[in-house]
Formats: sequence, C-alpha cells, structure tokens
Amino acid sequence: MEENKYEGLNLPNYNIPEDIQNVVSVTTIDRLYNWGRRWSVWPLMFGLACCAIEMIAAQASRYDMARFGMEVMRPTPRQADMMLVSGTVTKKMLPSIIRLYNQMPEPKYVVAMGACASSGGPFKEGYNVVAGIDKFLPVDVYIPGCPPTPQALIAGMIKLQEKIDKQSIKKVRWYEKGKVDSNYVPMPILGPDLIDVRRSAEFEAAAVKKEGVA
Amino acid sequence: MTAPASTLTLDLVSASLVARFPDFVTADARPGFSGFIVKKENLVEVATALRDEFGFDLLSSVTGVDYLAENKMEVVYHAHRTTGGPGLVFKVQAERVDPVEVPSLIDVWAGADFQEREAWDLLGIKFTGHPDLRRILMWEGFEGHPLRKDYKEAFFEEETKPYKSRWPEGNHTYAEFKNPFRDNLNLPENFSLDNYQPQTEDQLYFSLERSSQKHDVGREKEMGDHMVVNMGPHHPSTHGVLRVAVELNGETITSLKPVMGYLHRNHDKIGERNTYLQIMPYTDRLDYFNSMANNFGYAIAVEKLMKIPVAERAEYIRVIMTELSRIQNHLIFIGMLINDMGSMYTPSLYAFEERELILDIFEAVSGARMMCNYFRFGGVVRDVPEDVLRKIKDLVHDRLPAKTDEMERFLNENEVLVARLKGIHVLNAEEATHHSVTGPCLRAAGVPYDLRRADPYSVYDRFDFDVAVRYNGDMYDNYLIRFDEIRQSLRILEQALKQIPGGPINSQKPQYQVRVPAGEAYGRVESPKGELAYYVVSNGKPNPYRYHVRAPSFVNLTAVETMCKGVKIADFVVLLAMLDIVMGEVDR
Ligand code: SF4
Repeated sequence: MEENKYEGLNLPNYNIPEDIQNVVSVTTIDRLYNWGRRWSVWPLMFGLACCAIEMIAAQASRYDMARFGMEVMRPTPRQADMMLVSGTVTKKMLPSIIRLYNQMPEPKYVVAMGACASSGGPFKEGYNVVAGIDKFLPVDVYIPGCPPTPQALIAGMIKLQEKIDKQSIKKVRWYEKGKVDSNYVPMPILGPDLIDVRRSAEFEAAAVKKEGVA
Repeated sequence: MTAPASTLTLDLVSASLVARFPDFVTADARPGFSGFIVKKENLVEVATALRDEFGFDLLSSVTGVDYLAENKMEVVYHAHRTTGGPGLVFKVQAERVDPVEVPSLIDVWAGADFQEREAWDLLGIKFTGHPDLRRILMWEGFEGHPLRKDYKEAFFEEETKPYKSRWPEGNHTYAEFKNPFRDNLNLPENFSLDNYQPQTEDQLYFSLERSSQKHDVGREKEMGDHMVVNMGPHHPSTHGVLRVAVELNGETITSLKPVMGYLHRNHDKIGERNTYLQIMPYTDRLDYFNSMANNFGYAIAVEKLMKIPVAERAEYIRVIMTELSRIQNHLIFIGMLINDMGSMYTPSLYAFEERELILDIFEAVSGARMMCNYFRFGGVVRDVPEDVLRKIKDLVHDRLPAKTDEMERFLNENEVLVARLKGIHVLNAEEATHHSVTGPCLRAAGVPYDLRRADPYSVYDRFDFDVAVRYNGDMYDNYLIRFDEIRQSLRILEQALKQIPGGPINSQKPQYQVRVPAGEAYGRVESPKGELAYYVVSNGKPNPYRYHVRAPSFVNLTAVETMCKGVKIADFVVLLAMLDIVMGEVDR
C-alpha cells in the first residue's frame, strides 16, 4: 500500500528551491487532476436511515468532514460527485436511488455506508429489503458498522480519496470514447416483487420451466 | 351510570360495558389476555359508546393478529383517555376467509386511518367503510400480505430463530443460495415480464381532492389551475424518505397525501422470527435518535408478560437514560426545525454539540453511540460507573441548563423566528385527540396528556415535575414546548441522580433465552415523539407470536392532512417538522 500513499501535489525527487516552493510545483497532469478532485468530493445530500444521522454527526463540528473537502452536501444529484448510501435500501426506495444515480454526472462514486447498504445488514431477511446496494450500483468503498462511527466514515472517505489518487485521466471511464453511459443502470420495476430488468431472460426461463412441469 | 365517565375505573368500565351491551360484548377469557371481544356487526356502535359515554377519546392503536390455526383474524384496538388512567383493549374477530372484513372505525376516531390501512396492507384485513383503503407501506401491486402467518419471505429459512443452519450445527450458507433467483425475490408462478403491466399511481392521485371533484362540471373551471406536486422521497426537508403528494392552488395546499414505506424494514415480521431478546437491538433502529426510549417500551411489554420486577437501581438508570435521550432529541428538533426554516446548518451545529456530549454518556454505559441495546428484561445490561455518573451530574447541573438558556436567548426572541412561527395553526385539542396525535404536539394544543403522569410506569411517580403544556396550538407553542420539556427532563434528572440507590442492576440472571408465558401485553412509554407502544402476543414459545410497534411518528402523521389544508406550501415544511417524525419509526 505504501506506494499509493498520498504525497501531495509535487512529484517526489524534484528539488524545488526553498524560496519558490510556494509558487512553483512540478507535477503531472494526473496528479493535478486528482489533487483537485480528492479535496473537493461533493456528497449527495441524501439520507436513508439511521446511518444518515451518523453522517450528519460526521459533518458537524466535532468530526468535521470539511477538513477533507467533503462538506458541500448537494441536494441535487446534478452537482454531486459521490453518493453516500447511508442506510437500508428498501425495494420501494430503490427506483428513486437508481434514478438519482443515473442523474449524477461523471465522475461519480458510490460509498455503501453501514451493514445495510453493504449487504442488507440486520434487515436482510425482510421482504422489502434489498440485500446490498451493490446488487444494482457499482460500489467503490464499503464502510462496515451499524452504524459506522463518524471516525469510520471518515476513514472510508480517506479510502475513497486514495482510490481517486490512483486513477489516471487516460483510463477513467468517463473520458473513454463511445462509452458515455457506461454506468447507466436500468430502472427496476416494482411489480409483484422488485424486478431487475437486466435479468428478464432469467425470469422468462424460470416461467417456462415451471409451465413445463405443470 | 352515576359517576362521571372519566372517573370510572377499568373494572367499573368493564362491568358497565358488558351490562350496556350484553349481547355483543364478552370478556376475553383466554389465559393471559384481557379486554373484550366485540361482535363485528356492532363494532361501530360499541366504539361510539366508548368514546362518548366512557370517555375513551384517544384511539391508541389498531393492529391485527393472524391466528392461522384457529382460522381467524383478530383486530386489536387500544383506547385511552386523555384524562389519564389505564387503557382499554377490545378486539374483533373475523373468519379467515377471502376477504376478511371488519367495519372501519375511521368515523369514530380519525386516528384509525393509517393504522387500518397498515392492517390492510400487511394482513389483508379489509375495513369496510374506509374511504381510502390503499396499501400504505408496500407498493400497490405487491403480491401477498406479508404479516399473515402463511406468507414466507424469499429468504425464509425456518419459522423461528435461532436457525439450525447457524446454531447449534453451524453450517451457515448464504440466504441467497436457497432462493431460485439467488436474490430476495418472491415471484408468482408463471410470471413473465413481457405481458406484465406495472401498476400506476392513479389511485394515489385520485385520492387527492381535485380528482374526486373532476366530474363536477360546474367546478371544473375553478379547479383548472390546480397543480399536483410530489415532494420526496428524496427531498432535503422531509426528514428522510417521506414523500407527499400535494395538490396546490397557487401556493395554497388544497389537498395532501403522505406516501410512506420507503424505509419499511419489516420490523414486525422479523420480530416474529426473533427470540425475545433478539428483538431488543431491533427496537434501537426504530426511532434512531432515541434508542433508549425504544428499549424502554419493549422491556416494559415483555416484563408485563413475564410478570417480573425490575431492579431498583435499574429503574433509575432507565429513567436517567431516557430523559437524557429526550433532551438530546428535543435539541436536535430545534436545530432541525430552524434548518427547515431556511437557516441552514448553524443552529443545528449548536444542537449537535450538546448531543455529542450525551452520546458520549451512552457510549460509556452501553458501548454504542446510537444503537445502545442497553435494556434487559428485569434491568439493564451494564452498570453505570461512578465517573460516568459524575459526568452526567456535571451535564445536568451545569452545562445543559446553561446551554438551553443560551439557545432560548438566541432564538426565542428572534424577530424573524417569532414572525415565522407565531399564529400559524398546527392543531387544536379536538383535532389532535381525534387523530390520535400524542406527544408534544398534543400538549401544545392544550391537552396535558403525558404518560409519565397519565399512566405512570417505572418510577416516574416518585418525581416531582410538571407536564409541559401550552394552549395556543400554533407553531410557536409547538416550538416552545420543547424547551419546557427539556427543563422538566432536567428536573427529573436532578432528582433521579440524587435518589439513585445502589444494588444490583437486574432482578434476573443474565440469560439469552427468556421464558415468556402465553398472553398479550401492551407496553407503552412516553417517548420524546409521543406514545410509543409495543403490542406483544406470546404463545409460550421462545419467539413472540405477534410483535407490533405502535409508533408515535406514524400515527401522528395521520393528522398531517388536517394540519396542512389551506396553508401555504412554504409552511408545510415547517409544519411537518413540528410533528418531529423519524422515518425509521414511521415505516418500521
Ligand atoms: S447499518 Fe445499522 S445503523 Fe445503518 S441503516 Fe442499517 S440498521 Fe441503521
């Protein structure tokens, strides 16, 4: 992990004379790009359940996420970089979450906060609960806990920053040609139960099989 | 009847009720059960008499129990008097045929509205005469009524916990692997996506007033510029995932329907699979601001069933923790209210500062900041060490009173705030009781109904405190009453800290599996949001047969339509904040 450690904007091994250190920087495009992004992750202001309260506590004065450039909570998805799924994802809520996600512009990240968002948590067996948001959205960081303490949340956010550091502008999905919507997630349907339309073929097959038996 | 209705004791009520309706009211004779069984044809008549002649003006809870083996469904009603005293239970039984039909009590107590809809949604009990019987927690078009005993979830393993796969054999597999779709999915047979027509939300919009008047030709033009707006479920001011469909005439609300269930986490169903003790941590997650108060209600319900005493020291610890929780809740309420009024962040930061100090105490005694899981049947799980007690004393004697003063000084005479809040009507006493509203909103309307006084539980009868009450029922009173309550809580805390005895913290031995005799119990406490109650039915097995949460936030929401009709949309957000709802509790 050592080589992924954040080392600031400057490239290592370049000696900049002391008197101009504040004005001159020797760096790469990637570093500059990620340096700007890592210190200004704007989360979507969006709380689902109990975990959201710890998220607010982490924003408040004692833990103060602003130290990491993450205090600008945006209520609209169009201005947000990061979706913090803070709580139990229910089947009834899922379409709204996916709609929000699809409306977020790239670059966008998803952080699953707490046991519920990661796997369904204590409510996994419930008939209205989705067993983890990763069944639908690509999750970048999982934060364990029920609820994770603000410290844990901040640790997770630092992990996200490390992930940002590792990305290269040449390879990020949002600049790849012809892949503009690479992260678009089709909307699930609230039918007799939650229906993931990406799996329609499977449902079809199951129905045919049952008919065959009958 | 000679005595005025409100002074009748429960025994007298029973006697005179049976005397009044000898043909269709019988006492519930099952061992461990209490109350009456009313014939369903005469339910409305009996309920009206209970309200008008016996003074039971507040319908606390409506819920259903599915007795599969006896092939019947039971609807259980709990009615209370706002003048105080124990509650009355009455039940209606219906044949378990399709559809199960029971007359609706919405005309007697409007507070039955959402609770009846919930019973329809989860148990499939049809309340005839209910004007708007739609699903409430699940979505329209969902297959099945999940709380029926023959409904199995997709991840169903066994009827009751602990599951054999985990214990004692311990061959744990993923629940996913047992389901044909490897997911939490319960599709009906022969389901095919091609010819499936998803349900629309027409019914919701038809339930708004405009649509019902659509065919009124003369008014069509008049109604023409009405507009329907959906707020939520992702809305920064609805306190979580509540959604409301609002119909507007210009800026004035003409009709409104809350839509909930976006955080429906199936507490009731999961609770019926859990053992008694396993439910305790789940109660934390109902109203996640006040896990201590939630624990309290559930512990009382089960202790009633088990008929065990609570250790003396534990009673005091319970009171101390719950009152601290109430202070913390009301502080957050004030911060969030002002947040909703447009003063973003700063006031709530003040509130959170104090809250952190109280959470530190919770963490010191229970190990968790928010989800304390601290109460046990007969006491609490850990003792409060001397240094933590000292910390609490410091808080209660110095810091919290000073900070409350400071907040009052900053806010209560702030012209903008007063102008915004004063004179905007929330609820009057009649509307509030009729809609089963409890908690600060009821008291701000001039009804001094506080369970700590009205039907004292635990050791609340030993403390000297006043029930906070205000009489105008406007937003300003609703706001000020929170400060009054903080002060009363501080008073209780001071006395409790002085009186707290030494001794054991649990009257029972610590045990994982408690033995609970058959019967029913209704444990209710005054949570910061209102009357929080648990209805637990036991059949003597290690798991409850029925576990139902009567959540104050959920029932209080029944009144939201009455509150908001005719007000400006900008006030709606503040009015909703006044109810102080928490979605974890609304949707459960
Ligand atoms: S992980 Fe725990 S605290 Fe977080 S939403 Fe789920 S139940 Fe609540």
